[in-house]
Amino acid sequence: MHELPVTENILKIVLRHAEADRATRVVSVSLRIGELSDVIDEWLQRYFDYLSRGTLAEGAVLRVERIPVIFRCEGCGESFPVRVREVRDIVCPSCGGGKAVFVSGREFFIHNIEVI
Amino acid sequence: MTDIRLIEIKEEIFADNDKLAAEIRERLQAKKVMMLNLMASPGGGKTSLIVRTLQGLKDSFRTAVIEGDIDSIVDAEKVVAEGVQAVQLRTGGACHLDAAMVDLALREMPVDALDFVIIENIGNLVCPAEFDTGALRNVMILSVPEGDDKPLKYPLIFTVCDALVVNKIDYLAVADFDMKIFKERVLKLNPDIRIFEVSCKTGEGVPAWIDWLKKEIDAFKKSS
Repeated sequence: MHELPVTENILKIVLRHAEADRATRVVSVSLRIGELSDVIDEWLQRYFDYLSRGTLAEGAVLRVERIPVIFRCEGCGESFPVRVREVRDIVCPSCGGGKAVFVSGREFFIHNIEVI
Repeated sequence: MTDIRLIEIKEEIFADNDKLAAEIRERLQAKKVMMLNLMASPGGGKTSLIVRTLQGLKDSFRTAVIEGDIDSIVDAEKVVAEGVQAVQLRTGGACHLDAAMVDLALREMPVDALDFVIIENIGNLVCPAEFDTGALRNVMILSVPEGDDKPLKYPLIFTVCDALVVNKIDYLAVADFDMKIFKERVLKLNPDIRIFEVSCKTGEGVPAWIDWLKKEIDAFKKSS
């Protein structure tokens, strides 16, 4: 898995913002990651702890908010969440239609950070 | 008591990679070189499809290959045997290629004298899907023995590809692979994806893939 380059990028962006804000310490980092991403939260934190040693972000807690995968029914227009890895088929919960299109679930960004 | 302040960031984690990838696309557009990123599992048939593709394109386009597969020059040798230039990236234990690695490889190539570049990404259905390489087209291979449930297990890669090559259709008779259900699953994730059923071993279905690719390259070269 590629949590290491992901974490390097996160740390770089976090430090840039924290330094621009003249913060003395980063307390937490909120990430928004779509359910389609296979990145594992626990590894992100472990790599982050290692990479952030001696920086403003040492000891910061990563909070990962998972954004659900959303499909839209082509029949009735209803948007609905899908646990893609757990279902055998994608069916609209409102009308039972089987034609649906992928809408979202690929998000991968840093939402905000808490600093002192 | 210290005050905790909240700083809004809302920045893409891969902003740097995405920026470099966009620059690569612009640079290649200016030189009229089309680049394709080929992704698949280990053993899915990336090298076999590349060899078939090189044979199919050799009279029409000047092609080169960027080999990203982990520390082996076997694939590069097969490509060179087709009379095509290959740049082997030493990726060690990396699980994917990113725009910076592709940029390095392009700098070693006579890009001005090319029409088409194929990136052979690292064998993996997970990580390569998350990184924009700067290619204009993303193509994946799913081979029949891997099973028709892969769109459910690795959905992301199916959403980022322009074309899907279902390889090893010569195994269909002995495999538990339902092509109809498989295609339905794929098209739900990505209704615009083009699907080609091929066997790189027998050559079945390869001409349809080559035709599509030739049209894509032609259209690209004519675009401004």
